[in-house]
Amino acid sequence: MRNRNSIVGLTLFALIVLAAVFGPMISPHSVGELSIHRLAAPSMQNWLGTDLHGRDLLTRILYGARISLLVGFVGATISLVVGVTYGLIAGYFGGRLDNAMMRGVDILYALPRIVLVIVLISLFDLKLKHALDDTLLAPLANHARLLLLFVGLGLVEWLTLARIVRAQVLSIKERPYVLSSRLIGQRTPTILFRQILPQILPIIMTYLTLALPAVILEESFLSFLGLGVQAPLASWGTLLADGAALLNPISTPWWLIVFPALTLTSTLLLLNLLGDQLKLDKDSR
Amino acid sequence: MVSFLLRRFLSSFPVLLAVLVLSFLLVRIAPGSPFASERALDPTTKSLLEKKYGLSGSLPSQVLHYTGNVIQGDLGDSLKFRGRSVTEIIAQSLPRSLLLGSISFCLALGLGIPLGAWAAARNGKTTDTVLNALALLTLSIPGFVLIPLSVLLFSFYFHLFPPAGWGSWNQLLLPSLCLAIPFIGSCARLTRSGLLQTLRSDYIRTARSKGVAESKLVLLHALRPAILPLVAYAGPLAANILTGSLVVEEGFAIPGIGQFFVNGVMNRDVFLVSGTVLVYCLLLLFFNLVTDWLTAVLDPRIRLSS
Repeated sequence: MRNRNSIVGLTLFALIVLAAVFGPMISPHSVGELSIHRLAAPSMQNWLGTDLHGRDLLTRILYGARISLLVGFVGATISLVVGVTYGLIAGYFGGRLDNAMMRGVDILYALPRIVLVIVLISLFDLKLKHALDDTLLAPLANHARLLLLFVGLGLVEWLTLARIVRAQVLSIKERPYVLSSRLIGQRTPTILFRQILPQILPIIMTYLTLALPAVILEESFLSFLGLGVQAPLASWGTLLADGAALLNPISTPWWLIVFPALTLTSTLLLLNLLGDQLKLDKDSR
Repeated sequence: MVSFLLRRFLSSFPVLLAVLVLSFLLVRIAPGSPFASERALDPTTKSLLEKKYGLSGSLPSQVLHYTGNVIQGDLGDSLKFRGRSVTEIIAQSLPRSLLLGSISFCLALGLGIPLGAWAAARNGKTTDTVLNALALLTLSIPGFVLIPLSVLLFSFYFHLFPPAGWGSWNQLLLPSLCLAIPFIGSCARLTRSGLLQTLRSDYIRTARSKGVAESKLVLLHALRPAILPLVAYAGPLAANILTGSLVVEEGFAIPGIGQFFVNGVMNRDVFLVSGTVLVYCLLLLFFNLVTDWLTAVLDPRIRLSS
């Protein structure tokens, strides 16, 4: 019964990902295509209406899904790698190192991290761009801000995971099989990644389903402020901000607000439901 | 107790200093000048301006100069809002953000706790299921999604509230609701799970077997230990509301500290950025301290140590 819920959730999420990947290819409109039908209400030609420049909203939302999901996946993965490594090291070696590392986490917890990310992203955008221009990575230069978003948001989210992993490692490292691995002289990295890591994998996977919506949310938050993804790229957050900018008392193009809002909220709801369900599945085992 | 709070506050002093230096350096290293405008500035004027604001010389000397000033209580002048000191800007804008934030804080707790208690009392019944679904829904709606939606609906369609601005009570309601709604769900869920756990404990069973009414049981006996996790959540909640108010202030054109911070970052207004970041850090540290203290007061089993 519970398993069925998880499968339904995963299938729905897979559909969203598929729509993001293949949707733009199927769509009769291209993303930059301008037309004279400016601010047209939803119709048969433009299912979700058009924006200020006559661009098809559905196509833009599908392209936006690519950016939103990409930032979500990469950001969550970065936070995963950093958090797991940090927690493994602190938990396994213990003692003074553990104390110092966890004190660092406490300090970071007490800082307004998203505020610092805003400072980092909006100030270093150009600098990174120029730095990349001269290197082999020049093709990436145009996406400097996206790269900064990945790293910045990844760095916001890893703290909780580091704490969870550390607590797990503290108990696992005392188990007989880990002690015997040590006794037969296995190297520390082998023990860490081959013996201990598989044990905490389920927890990490659950955490990933919770980190993904969190990062997507933060990216949209920044984009809504105009500090995230920059035009011509668009994410769900910038689409919503574009719609909000056209709010006026006489005739607001409601579709530019309602549809991005619905897309973002339903995706977040789905991911949160899925995370809840996976946690339940794990607890009931 | 007092010595614990004092020690905690003093131990966070180096962190505050580090954040201050870091934010100052970040803004100074970043490309773009605070004095840049459409017209190119001639070098003499620029160097005079830099000299005036203490931004000339090497970076380390600028940092030293600035931190020295801050320790003496001078946060410097804004570079973009000419003639206004950062202290003055913060003194004017912070109370607005705090008012907005505290209303949202009370709304989140004031609506979340009763709803969570209700769900726990009706555990397993339809009410519980519906409330749980609602909680998850509010958790998944970001505040900035609510802003344009609520303006569209309540300001332009029903004409109930003004769409933006600051000053009268009816301009407060929409922003504080937008800020609070995403957190009502998490408060309700925490209350519910805390209550359910407490209601299973021995002393509640004893009270129930003595014939204490169910409503009295929940409200008088179980609620106090059950909301402990909620007290621990109050610190992060306050922090989330603080950052959430960045978008709400932007969306409703409220001249709070968040708007000045975002403006400052865009304009490379170095003193304004560092000053507002410092205020944010101070507030967060303060919230965490209060949370620790409250947890200890409510739960006598926890003793405060270093």
